[in-house]
Amino acid sequence: MSYNEKIINHFKNPKNYGKMKNPSAVGKLDNKNCGDVMWIYLKIKEDIIEDISFETLGCAVAIANSSLLTTMVKGKTIKEALKIKDKDLIKEFGQVPKVKLHCSFLAVKALKKAINNYYEKGSSSYVGRSR
Amino acid sequence: MKKVYLDYSATTPVDERVFKKMMPFFSQKYGNASSLHSFGQESKLVLEGAREKVADLISASSEEIIFTSSATESNNLALKGLLKKGDHLIISSIEHHCVEETANYLKREGVLVTKLEVDKKGFVKDLQKNIQKNTVLISIIHASNEIGVIQDIEKIGKIAKKNNILFHTDAAQSFGKVPIDVKYIDLLTASSHKIYGPKGAACLYVKKGIKLTPLLHGGGQEQGLRPSTYNISAIVGFGKAAEIAGKEMEKDYNHQVFLRDKIIEEALKIKGCYLNGDNQKRLPNNINLRFSGIEGEALVIKLDLEGIAVSTGSACASAKLEPSSVLLALGLKPHQAHGSLRISLGKYTTEKEIDYFLKILLKSVKELKQISPYK
Ligand SMILES: Cc1ncc(COP(=O)(O)O)c(C=O)c1O
Ligand code: FES
Repeated sequence: MSYNEKIINHFKNPKNYGKMKNPSAVGKLDNKNCGDVMWIYLKIKEDIIEDISFETLGCAVAIANSSLLTTMVKGKTIKEALKIKDKDLIKEFGQVPKVKLHCSFLAVKALKKAINNYYEKGSSSYVGRSR
Repeated sequence: MKKVYLDYSATTPVDERVFKKMMPFFSQKYGNASSLHSFGQESKLVLEGAREKVADLISASSEEIIFTSSATESNNLALKGLLKKGDHLIISSIEHHCVEETANYLKREGVLVTKLEVDKKGFVKDLQKNIQKNTVLISIIHASNEIGVIQDIEKIGKIAKKNNILFHTDAAQSFGKVPIDVKYIDLLTASSHKIYGPKGAACLYVKKGIKLTPLLHGGGQEQGLRPSTYNISAIVGFGKAAEIAGKEMEKDYNHQVFLRDKIIEEALKIKGCYLNGDNQKRLPNNINLRFSGIEGEALVIKLDLEGIAVSTGSACASAKLEPSSVLLALGLKPHQAHGSLRISLGKYTTEKEIDYFLKILLKSVKELKQISPYK
């Protein structure tokens, strides 16, 4: 499998990885397709995602997606973050092999799960349902 | 960047001596081995010389060697050439795709197929129990291309003989690497590009007296079993590769076993690292590891970025997103197959390369674990 430079760069030097201390919320996702696991940690203050990190057990593209997503989400409001779609990640990378398209979906879904977790904890009345 | 090739099970470079031997057969000695004139007869002579060398390596006689274009073709010829509707075929659950898929095809054509399970170490189980009245053929891979485990083909052959059943073995990975005697084997597949010969040449050993239906019909070459104009340069190369493999087998074996065991010893020191397949009866050049908490495709890419070529049985590396069926057959769970890594050495592999590999492996596993939720 050959990946383009953007994917390889995020894979080689992933941004914002690792467990977060005292996160506001955590989203844990198991991928039924291939068995990969993705965890997203959020630190939220007044609807702004001040910090985000990930832990991923997965393929190179899954790791690259996790990393890319965190860079796109950091500093955004929850509303803005919820607008990010898997196709935005794919667009950012330029070219993603067909069998690897689901890895982007996985990252977006994990983020939604984390945001849901935030609301489930009762921090606000807004419920951003995950798909 | 430093390049380290550790995927010799996929294919090997052509040995310089083999290449040299092949050279004249492109533009100078290009005769068709079936022609009567001197050009043809010159080719015929070297063709038979190559046949003898291949036969020698498995203690067969020349007439029992049928040249084909690939191990895939040889396996297809063995299975399709012997089985017809209503016959029963026994294979194992760790065959190469080209045997498994041929068996699946034959099943659709009305052949009954049993896939033998293997134990945790990778050895086939319950052969005798699964033999039926209409069992015509047992086809079991000699050495696994994935986990390197070597089956006891003498024992299997004896069971087949006792029951009057034919026994075929796919020896693409073991031929030329470990001694093989066809005494208890009826049909055997061997390949050139796995033993430092060129691609495009392989053979099927067919014991005297066994009748096969050919896949191709044509000019009658190879006793009518494999018509097509001879790929003389590739066959000459195959013969030379077989000759070298025979002469240097012990040396190459010891060299690779030393490096293999060094990798296994060092890798098993890594927390959460295990060896897949038996640790004794395995190819001198195969190491199949698994790491908990990381994924094999990511590891392969990470190693590739450092110039190291290896492979994996992880779902993420397959087009169908399914883990290797061979690893699942060992009883591994999909998440265990997920972290698998196959390293296959060659006669050109050096200890320096292995030290470099081990260094990068350690670093890569550590980095991937830092990213993973499961440390
Ligand atoms: C055990 C085994 N059988 C068959 C094959 C098929 O070889 P080829 O692709 O050259 O036909 C291979 C090669 O990977 C193999 O390892
Ligand atoms: S997440 Fe498994 S293939 Fe990428």
